[in-house]
Amino acid sequence: MDIFVQQLINGLVLGSIYALVALGYTMVYGILELINFAHGEVTMFGAMVALAVIGVVLGVAPDLPGLLVVLAGVLVAIPVCMLLGFSIERLAYRPLRNAPRLAPLITAIGLSIVLQNVAMLIWGRQYIAFPPLLPKGQYEVLGAHVSNLQIFIVVLSILVMLGLWFMVQKTRLGRAMRATAQSRAVAQLMGVNVNSVIAATFVIGSALAAVAGVMVSAYYGLAHYYMGFLLGLKAFSAAVLGGIGNIAGAMLGGLLLGVIEALGAGYIGDLTGGFLGSHYQDVFAFFVLILVLVFRPSGLLGERVATRA
Amino acid sequence: MALLEVECVTKRFGGLAALDAVSLSVRQGEIYGLIGPNGAGKTTLFNCMTGLYSVTGGQVRLDGKAIHNRKPHEIVRQGFARTFQNIRLFPNMTALENVMVGRHVRSRASVLGAVLRDKRTRAEEAAIRERAQELLHFVGLGRKGRALASHLAYGEQRRLEIARALATEPRLLALDEPVAGMNPTERRQMADFFRKLRDTGVSLLLIEHDVKLVMGLCDRVAVLDYGKKIAEGAPEAVQRDPAVIAAYLGVEAA
Amino acid sequence: MPVIKFFRQRPQLTLLLLAVLLAVLPFLVGAGLGKSWIRVLDFALLYVLLALGLNIVVGYAGLLDLGYIAFYALGAYLYAWLASPHFGLHLPFWAVLPIGALLAGLFGVLLGAPTLRLRGDYLAIVTLGFGEIIRIFMNNLNAPVNITNGPQGMNLIDPIAFGDFTFKGTHHFFGIAFSSAHLYYYLFLGFVLLAMLIALRLQDSRIGRAWAAIREDEVAAAAMGINTRNVKLLAFAMGATFGGLAGGLFAAFQGFISPESFGLMESIMILCMIVLGGMGNIPGVILGAVLLTVLPEALRYLGDAQRALLGHVALDPADLRMLLFGVALILMMLFRPEGLLPSRRRQRELHPEDGPGEQASLYDSRG
Ligand SMILES: Nc1ncnc2c1ncn2[C@@H]1O[C@H](COP(=O)(O)OP(=O)(O)OP(=O)(O)O)[C@@H](O)[C@H]1O
Ligand SMILES: [Mg+2]
Repeated sequence: MDIFVQQLINGLVLGSIYALVALGYTMVYGILELINFAHGEVTMFGAMVALAVIGVVLGVAPDLPGLLVVLAGVLVAIPVCMLLGFSIERLAYRPLRNAPRLAPLITAIGLSIVLQNVAMLIWGRQYIAFPPLLPKGQYEVLGAHVSNLQIFIVVLSILVMLGLWFMVQKTRLGRAMRATAQSRAVAQLMGVNVNSVIAATFVIGSALAAVAGVMVSAYYGLAHYYMGFLLGLKAFSAAVLGGIGNIAGAMLGGLLLGVIEALGAGYIGDLTGGFLGSHYQDVFAFFVLILVLVFRPSGLLGERVATRA
Repeated sequence: MALLEVECVTKRFGGLAALDAVSLSVRQGEIYGLIGPNGAGKTTLFNCMTGLYSVTGGQVRLDGKAIHNRKPHEIVRQGFARTFQNIRLFPNMTALENVMVGRHVRSRASVLGAVLRDKRTRAEEAAIRERAQELLHFVGLGRKGRALASHLAYGEQRRLEIARALATEPRLLALDEPVAGMNPTERRQMADFFRKLRDTGVSLLLIEHDVKLVMGLCDRVAVLDYGKKIAEGAPEAVQRDPAVIAAYLGVEAA
Repeated sequence: MPVIKFFRQRPQLTLLLLAVLLAVLPFLVGAGLGKSWIRVLDFALLYVLLALGLNIVVGYAGLLDLGYIAFYALGAYLYAWLASPHFGLHLPFWAVLPIGALLAGLFGVLLGAPTLRLRGDYLAIVTLGFGEIIRIFMNNLNAPVNITNGPQGMNLIDPIAFGDFTFKGTHHFFGIAFSSAHLYYYLFLGFVLLAMLIALRLQDSRIGRAWAAIREDEVAAAAMGINTRNVKLLAFAMGATFGGLAGGLFAAFQGFISPESFGLMESIMILCMIVLGGMGNIPGVILGAVLLTVLPEALRYLGDAQRALLGHVALDPADLRMLLFGVALILMMLFRPEGLLPSRRRQRELHPEDGPGEQASLYDSRG
């Protein structure tokens, strides 16, 4: 039983990170109907930049409290990623907004490759360790262990998501975003500056990605130039699971996928009689994606109208 | 039995009932007009009949066979083709190629046939080309076969779309505002063309805003307003119907 | 250009010259650039084969397949299972290659069927995931039962052989020495020519028109009676089949396979080949494939040059390679989406704003 609770908790922690990344996919898809393949790489940049800053800060002031050092990393990573997201939209997607659908998809994948390789040239091929800066501490809950870091990740994710929810529902920008997602043409007629709304969507999504990137590297204690690829793939699956284009869906999908993955990894050995082990953890997201596409393509919370004739 | 029977078709988009229990029937050999103010639901009805939208309720039957909620290509195969209000040609294909695509359902060549180019496939390909050329000729585009669809004049594009639909050998052809944007002379020509088409055995269902054209051309007319059928019958009778006059005046007053 | 005009007007002569050139090419390359370049040539042909297959999916049907290499992997692993000491099976290549191609095609159908009734972009992400899954399985299916031999891969795979005549050693015909690389060159060339024929004929057929129609306007294509899902599935499965076939050839040629050869970057490279050369246009695709196989080889000299000049390799060309591919994809899409050698139709699709232009462009010479 405690294995179940433990995996559930692990899954929720991982899932809240997926949710943050999934939000970026879903917001962009909701507005542009584009899979921003480079989003996973933005997350990776968040982690890498934060780690670089942390390294510098530790070099200059090794006695600073760990939390502050990490905070400094996050505070630099966020604007860097925002700038990255902004440039991606501006340089690679906007010129192709009216091109055949294949074109932006191909640039998106091209961008993702470029970002990966730039990161590799800057930070090298090796894994970079996340220094143990956050206060340690473990608690027992229903026979399972919960660490400070895990609590920290979940709480911060929830706060960030609440903030996003408030912004989308209550602010002018949020209204403009929702209007643009409904119909770009109509929003434009109503006086919404569609270009800045789209840019804002990328920038906000990238900020969330930066936070998620730091979290994931702190959680696993590692960062790597290739980490964005699988994370992005999973987050996208989470967005589809929740209903792509739907913000609440991305949050729900992220959490669910995290739990499915953790429970799957915990039990796959038993389920297959030891034939498959926990290193198959990464395949669950993919199977979830396929199953959702087969049985409920609109996702758990999504409803999409048919193509207009 | 009527060729096309629409029975109590309802289509909802969220809260909006774009079609509310609409029933009508088109007989073999008839030219049937569908009119109504903007946003009345005419195009939506076409989309429900031709498989682009699923219906929320009700039935559509072609020759007694249910076709609602079937795939578009299955409906085309049954002999029901359409055109679009906002012309949807394959813009970068030539006029001839556009019509040749329409022959897809009536031809069979498989991958193997296409690769081996056996006698049957070659014969079929030649027949497709020949039939497409005939149809281009029939709609008055006989000499435009090699022009790109996107480079044709507006009226030519409308006619090309009809030729492409005819290539599927429909018994019933649904035309969504086929003379929109044409001048009076062209409209008269198109009306003559529709009669000629009917004489070849194709029944026509057409959405049209030009009331004069509809009255002169159609055997029967139905009027939609806010998703409801408010009148149906011979053109003269419908024209005098107070509900219809109110619907149109209401729109003009707004 | 007058030279091109000269050859245009003499198609038979051109074809004959081309045939002679292709026949003696490995000898020219071997003599001019060195023996190792004949193998590069073989790889170029293998990539041409792969690119021709992917072109059916991306270029003809307009679907983005990012897991193409997984089908290549399936073909290669199947070949290794059925013709190597791993399971002690040694079936002949003419039996294994078709099985591998069919298996890959079957996986294509299984993957495409649920995905292709949805919007096109889902295929991109699903294929991306599929490629990753296949890699995970290749890496991990070595325990408890050793199926793939994990990251070490499988070796001692049987070469192509007709009875006692194997493609392994050097053979002499008419006093000329044909090395293994020479023999594979002719084999691959045969497959490439066959693939070209298939692709060209499909393009100009009822099915090719259906693909083009779907690419241009999917809703209109459906309303004209095309079963869009099946036709897309057909393209996708055909691409997969080509991939599986090429995979089998690769396994036989190389004699050794490991998961490393089947990463996402390989898929991207093949995509890059068709984008660079010109989607949907066979000569363009071939040009792209040859360019991108030969260029990285040439890039290696960059490493040698650095070593000579600086005494060490400051910037590993292998690292630069992927970066350049990514940049190429972006720049091509932004500035020359039709590729270096575009088909006429693609050029029009991707530059809709150009309008009719002068009279000559009003008519398509293809008729
Ligand atoms: N895909 C859709 N999603 C949501 N609402 C839709 C959709 N298609 C149509 N509608 C709505 O259904 C109603 C009927 O539209 P429809 O296009 O059928 O009208 P119409 O009679 O063809 O008008 P017009 O003469 O302007 O072509 C409109 O209010 C329209 O906004
Ligand atoms: Mg309409």
